[in-house]
Amino acid sequence: MTDIGKNSKDAKGKRQYEITIGLEVHAALSTTTKIFCACGTKFGEAPNSQTCPVCLGMPGVLPVLNENVVKYAIRAALALNCKFNLLNKFDRKNYYYPDLPKNYQISQDYLPIAHDGCLDIFLSSGKRKIRINNIHMEEDAGKNLHAGDTGLLDASLVDFNRAGVPLLEIVTYPDMHSVGEVEKLMTALRDILMYTGVADCKMEEGGLRFEANISLMPFGQTDLGPRVEMKNLNSFKTVIKALNYEIRRQEKSLRQGEKVTQETRLWDDKSGETSPMRSKEEAHDYRYFPEPDLVPLVIDEQLIEEIRSSLAELPASKLERFCKDYGLSEYDARVITSSRALADFYEEVAAVCKEPKTVSNWVTGELQGILNEEKRDIGDCPISPEQLAELLSLLSKGAVSAPSAKIILRDMFHSGKSAKAIIEEKGLSQISDEKDIRPAVKHIINTNTGIVDDYCKGKEKAIGALIGKVMKETRGRADPTKVSQILRELLEEEKRSR
Amino acid sequence: MELNELTAHEIRNLLESGKTSSEEVTRAVFAKIDREDGQIGAYITLCKEWAFDRAKTVDRKRKDGQAMPPLAGIPIAIKDNICTRDIRTTCSSKILENFFPPYQATVVEKILASDMVPIGKTNMDEFAMGSSTETSFFGVTHNPWNLEMIPGGSSGGSAASVANDEAIVSLGSDTGGSIRQPAGMCGVVGLKPTYGKVSRFGLIAFASSLDQIGPLTGDVEDSALLLDAICGHDARDSTSVDVPANHAKALSGSISKNIIGIPDEYFVGGLETEVETAVREAIKVLEGLGAKLQRVSLPHTDYAIATYYIIATAEASSNLARYDGVKYGYRHKAEKGLSLSEMYGKTRSEGFGVEVKRRIGLGTYTLSAGYYDAYYLKAQRVRTLIRNDFEKAFGKCDCIIAPTSPTAAFRIGEKIDNPLQMYLSDIFTIPANLAGIPAISIPCGLTRDGLPIGLQIMGKAFDETTILQTAYAYEQAADWRTITPDGNKL
Repeated sequence: MTDIGKNSKDAKGKRQYEITIGLEVHAALSTTTKIFCACGTKFGEAPNSQTCPVCLGMPGVLPVLNENVVKYAIRAALALNCKFNLLNKFDRKNYYYPDLPKNYQISQDYLPIAHDGCLDIFLSSGKRKIRINNIHMEEDAGKNLHAGDTGLLDASLVDFNRAGVPLLEIVTYPDMHSVGEVEKLMTALRDILMYTGVADCKMEEGGLRFEANISLMPFGQTDLGPRVEMKNLNSFKTVIKALNYEIRRQEKSLRQGEKVTQETRLWDDKSGETSPMRSKEEAHDYRYFPEPDLVPLVIDEQLIEEIRSSLAELPASKLERFCKDYGLSEYDARVITSSRALADFYEEVAAVCKEPKTVSNWVTGELQGILNEEKRDIGDCPISPEQLAELLSLLSKGAVSAPSAKIILRDMFHSGKSAKAIIEEKGLSQISDEKDIRPAVKHIINTNTGIVDDYCKGKEKAIGALIGKVMKETRGRADPTKVSQILRELLEEEKRSR
Repeated sequence: MELNELTAHEIRNLLESGKTSSEEVTRAVFAKIDREDGQIGAYITLCKEWAFDRAKTVDRKRKDGQAMPPLAGIPIAIKDNICTRDIRTTCSSKILENFFPPYQATVVEKILASDMVPIGKTNMDEFAMGSSTETSFFGVTHNPWNLEMIPGGSSGGSAASVANDEAIVSLGSDTGGSIRQPAGMCGVVGLKPTYGKVSRFGLIAFASSLDQIGPLTGDVEDSALLLDAICGHDARDSTSVDVPANHAKALSGSISKNIIGIPDEYFVGGLETEVETAVREAIKVLEGLGAKLQRVSLPHTDYAIATYYIIATAEASSNLARYDGVKYGYRHKAEKGLSLSEMYGKTRSEGFGVEVKRRIGLGTYTLSAGYYDAYYLKAQRVRTLIRNDFEKAFGKCDCIIAPTSPTAAFRIGEKIDNPLQMYLSDIFTIPANLAGIPAISIPCGLTRDGLPIGLQIMGKAFDETTILQTAYAYEQAADWRTITPDGNKL
């Protein structure tokens, strides 16, 4: 992805405009029930099958707060180093839309559950702190289906299954100054939400959605410039595309001496453009006021401490620990800790096979390669950590050669058999005994006189080709070190005898 | 004397001694309705078949020797803003004209669990917005004491049904006086419990922070019995509170050591002389029973109406937003090609009546950017001051006595075009809603024109017992309860 922010330079190569970006992130919490009723939250069920009078906003019904939503919000707030409002309140955000059953959304405006947090992003220039303005809980809306589009029915329909699904809205300060930084932030945030089990962040299910605020100003100026808010950004790619588009659009305007209008713009994925949705003057007046149907939420400090102590290790500290305890390079550690499932898998293998570097190579190399080919995730890898540990232990003991181990791993993946069983079955145990290797080496020297001649004439590199041939002859089973050693010994004899 | 003219506890004695059956009582009630409700207009919907089914079932249970709750077999009317499963619940609005809830309000579940017999749904001001039951889409309810007069409101149908013996007891809701004011004007007992005492689940919201369901009954004992049946915490209403249901048992407690507060601000201009005289007479009766009198001051009373109309309309503007024609209720019969906002606009302007629209407009305005601080926020602060007034006053007394309304029932049509005059009708009842405290209205006399006058007793939060005891002691001593709309002593 090109980082436009870094490239907004004038003819002399100097950047003309400083870009300022803030994000609002909506994450669907992975609770099994909705925020204010007991309906399920499963994605993809039959339309309106997961609804009740409460989430349909029928007359006279009342919301009751799902305790787990509060716990999840606390977990996320702790992971993002936020301060808590021990007394927090829900408010009504009033606006009319058919997918919003009550025509108001229960959210938190005046006193959100948490505020003033931060998280680190890692840039080539080093670590950067992005500040979190606040985190609040709210309910999701349903989905409008425009049946007219299908030609089946001249009407719009509403599916309320998603109405009342708990959302966590995380609002950052405008602390990002390039699209690359935004991308890093989104990734870091997603990692944290997934790590803590707060949200599964499935973007194809709308589990993570974004709104971005962006403004450009000439360098050296302090007034950030008119803020453009972009809605309807439903994936990382969309955010990046929309921001890049907006930066180009605003730069063009500014260069031509035009003013950028403060407005809300809607991103259209099909056209790849943003278009005005409403101006500052037309901005919605949400008429926020305290939700009278819910009592103020008082959070017990003891609950926060309980959740803090049960909080899973976060990516940043895991990274540090992997470098220190396993002696991994920062690069390797970052790859492994990029997902909690991968990190857990690694640790389980490394606990049995005490060669952390080897484990790292195999997990991120060969195993990841097979997973990518098979379009599978480490979460549903058919090889268990114990099975992989067994294979890698055999490898380090010299019981199998590295090439054989690769063959065995692939077989394990597809057959589910253990490494030992496959070695037995295919006769892949490593040949380390000199007396077993020597005949094969002799055979190769006798049948490859051309290469042997090259060697004797001083072309020592020719030995590599012969090693390969011996390995092939032994179907990869011969210990390559021993092969090399014997080969050299016999070739030297040959050289002397000439 | 007909069965339907008795109180619930009197009928209970007859039922328990086998002298009558719930079916007979129910029959007497429906006979009265058939004869007279055409003139009164207390009901919007009757559920006769269901009522007789239940009455027979309850009679059978009693015959089988099962232990029965105190109000078993008693016919009850339900205000039409309380949801009844599969029975039309309209809020007296065109917009919900054909709404059949797929769920039961918690209070309805509770009265069913008490083996009571629901008779029907009573008329009210549309969405409980009004003080005269004249804003109903289904027509006006007439005061049984004088058919040219309003019954009060918004629970006018519930009050009239009990006053005219078309129900033994009824349920109403009170946001700014909607139980007490019609109770006073129809000569029955109306109790607004402490906010949180009775679950609001299934009560179609007008102003969520003020609404409370309560009983309208023939006398104080029935009021206590019905309160016992409906109060308590409900997991479906986060604002409800767990409280013991033992009001009926404590009713006859002595009030001789009680201190009764008399607030200066409630005996002022605008209060009709006849009403003031009746209330002062009642205070003397209580003094005669040994209660001590104590002057108290509730200095922010003057601001109560303004505060109330900002908070209540703000909440209403949001609560009523859901009636948009999308999911249920009335929808504008669309000509082709109507945009979404046109559909909303037409549906709502056709579905709501004038008063409801006035209040939605008012509430939307006071919540708007730039006005929120000046109106809504300020009103919330004044609400706190009003609550503090009561707390301070209750430092000196056990309960506070005042008139329920400044006047007795007025003529139908007299104030309908003058909303401000109409709003003043609730001047003495609104403060209790703002403070969240319990208050009861009981009959304390008649005007020269033969219209009932209501006496209001307000109490500390969750101390319904004291106001019920005081009301009961007064009722026993004064005995207004035996005066009927015909003007005859029974």
